[in-house]
Amino acid sequence: MYPGAIVDSERRLNLNKRNNRYFKLEIDFSALPPFNDMDETKYLQSVADSEYEYGFVTEIDADTAPKGLSEDTVRLISSKKGEPEWMLDWRLRAFRHWQKLAEKEAYPRWAHLDYPDIDFQDVSYYSAPNSKPKYESLDEVDPELLRTFDRLGISLQEQKRLTGVAVDIVMDSVSVATTFKDELEKQGIIFCSFGEAIEKHPELVKKYIGSVVPYSDNFYACLNSAVFSDGSFCYIPEGVRCPMELSTYFRINEAGTGQFERTLIVAEKGSYVSYLEGCTAPMRDENQLHAAVVEIIAMEDAEVKYSTIQNWYPGDKNGKGGIYNFVTKRGICEGDNAKISWTQLETGSSITWKYPSVILKGDNTTGEFYSVAFTKNKQQADTGTKMIHLGKNSSSTIISKGISAGESNNSYRGLVKINKKAQGARNFSQCDSLLLGDRCGAHTFPYIEIDNSTAQVEHEATTSKVGEDQIFYCNSRGIGEAEAVKLIVNGFCKEILAELPMEFAVEAQKLLAIELEGSVG
Amino acid sequence: MLSIKNLHVQIEGNKILNGLDLDVEPGMIHAIMGPNGSGKSTLASVLAGREEYEVLEGEITFKGQDLLELGPDERAREGLFLAFQYPVELPGVSMSNFLKEAVNSVREHRGLPPLSSAEFLKDMKEKAALVDLNPDLKRRSVNEGFSGGEKKRNEIFQLAMLDPTLAILDETDSGLDIDALRIVADGVNKLRDENRSFVVITHYQRLLNYIVPDVVHVLLNGRIVKSGTKDLALQLEEKGYDWLKSEIELSEPTTA
Repeated sequence: MYPGAIVDSERRLNLNKRNNRYFKLEIDFSALPPFNDMDETKYLQSVADSEYEYGFVTEIDADTAPKGLSEDTVRLISSKKGEPEWMLDWRLRAFRHWQKLAEKEAYPRWAHLDYPDIDFQDVSYYSAPNSKPKYESLDEVDPELLRTFDRLGISLQEQKRLTGVAVDIVMDSVSVATTFKDELEKQGIIFCSFGEAIEKHPELVKKYIGSVVPYSDNFYACLNSAVFSDGSFCYIPEGVRCPMELSTYFRINEAGTGQFERTLIVAEKGSYVSYLEGCTAPMRDENQLHAAVVEIIAMEDAEVKYSTIQNWYPGDKNGKGGIYNFVTKRGICEGDNAKISWTQLETGSSITWKYPSVILKGDNTTGEFYSVAFTKNKQQADTGTKMIHLGKNSSSTIISKGISAGESNNSYRGLVKINKKAQGARNFSQCDSLLLGDRCGAHTFPYIEIDNSTAQVEHEATTSKVGEDQIFYCNSRGIGEAEAVKLIVNGFCKEILAELPMEFAVEAQKLLAIELEGSVG
Repeated sequence: MLSIKNLHVQIEGNKILNGLDLDVEPGMIHAIMGPNGSGKSTLASVLAGREEYEVLEGEITFKGQDLLELGPDERAREGLFLAFQYPVELPGVSMSNFLKEAVNSVREHRGLPPLSSAEFLKDMKEKAALVDLNPDLKRRSVNEGFSGGEKKRNEIFQLAMLDPTLAILDETDSGLDIDALRIVADGVNKLRDENRSFVVITHYQRLLNYIVPDVVHVLLNGRIVKSGTKDLALQLEEKGYDWLKSEIELSEPTTA
């Protein structure tokens, strides 16, 4: 079924049929202590004793659409957001296509995932905080929302002042605060909510939306295109190097509300931007559906670096609750010498279905995918990438590290496609799996399609268990078992974590530490 | 310091140690010699707390405590150190992170505050010099890409960092050329003091030219069959273990 499949070890899961009701909300964390190599282990220790830390619900008066999906729902969302006609038309085209897919039950079923069918009529497709107006300063923001941030350990002021990170916060579906905007504007950089972009930069949105991920791309991308609530838009003009990391933090909040993020990043000729996306979600008993779309366009000589930490609620030990995460992320290196890098740390969600990809259209273009996926308990992840080589001398690198614990299943699935015109294309893929315990599964599904004989494609794959010998060696130096496993796992992921911007690297280690608690033995 | 009485140990149903007795006093170096399969490495593993080894009978006390009650990490924190015959690689785990975690857990147990980064790095540099290791090793992954000699020197370096009261060297000389052997032995000699004891496990007398033991024991069939001064090691070198085997068979014909 999967050409070239290497099944290292396998264990099927029986997920109980569950109530399918969804909701979601989003946010961030990031007032982190400065990264210091010498303190990392202690730091890990200090945070490694909690259950899911970010599990709480913010009580904010929200404007929520009734459950169910119809043309009226799409119209409601569009009108709530005060969208122009062309946007509504696009949504409706997407919706009609989605209806056909839904009738055919054309859900992607090829992934190594096992979950009950989703009742898409049992989901609410829109939720926005009621206090809608844009704020000039944080003083005007709903204090309840600010308290949420405090509980997550971030303060926007601190962030602004200390980290130099501009934060566009998506709380449920509507952006409530944007910082550093003025500074960015001076350079002509646009960084705003998707809704604002539709309003203020319709020509850009019109030109690029769906240009990398068409609404007809797949079932979930199509759903997103019909009902996307909000998201982020980022435009870097020609020759501009974005002076700070742009970051959007997501958090799923409103019970029973589906949320559908959409992100569009356009990097003009010779520009550079590093974009961070980080997520936590509150603890819930129902499954929550998330179907995001991210599109990146990199013109000639442009470079986009996109980093993600995904830490949504993974469900409890028995797999109850947790986010269903179906994401379509794709970038195109449109012009020559363009470069797109995806780096991700996936620790959350009960189901992860995600393949950040790069279309290497220009000559001498570069695509990179660095990934750590950690699963435990009954989590299931099927994640990887697609590198589509069209341009001459295009090159791609894939490094994937999967860590499985408990009864989880962790699959790497990747496609390297070399088009017949991609003279001299190169790819290097490395997929390493680490198993903690003997009830989990690690799987590697590499697909390689080569239509040009000058291509060089390399694939390496390893699977290892955290060895008793390694743990004993640490023990014999006075290091306890839990700390030993953390050291070993962090070592395993090191080259990926090193790709993350510094503050994210700390967060990544913190998340890994928390996730590792109780997953050994 | 260390007292082993009538120790019987098996692994996977194979009896390896058959009533071993050993007493090591503070500041002493005891060498344990014996042919392949005599139980030398089993003894080291049991002392360090490897789980696969099943203690059937006997007792081990270390500084007055029942050693067998302690997990391997607790033993290390109490001041027992094992220099591995085959040091284990920890890919991606830097020496500095690894040792800092180790040193500080030992220090915490001893009621000492954690070392500051500056103190720690200074200590690393000094101790690395003891065994002629490049101080750049702090960035390298634990034992990964280390040569055979470097791995053994790294063990002695860790010994120095953790400052144990009892160090067990499990065939630290195996696979070393004569120069590396001298470096390792020099390192150990510099770490000798009146409070620290060593149990040096080896096949060959050669190492004992450099690390001069106070007592030499011969391990055969899971028991210590003969103890003596360093001259015993020379005798063994000359006559081989068969000489002792026949001597024992004569005196103890019923030995298992």
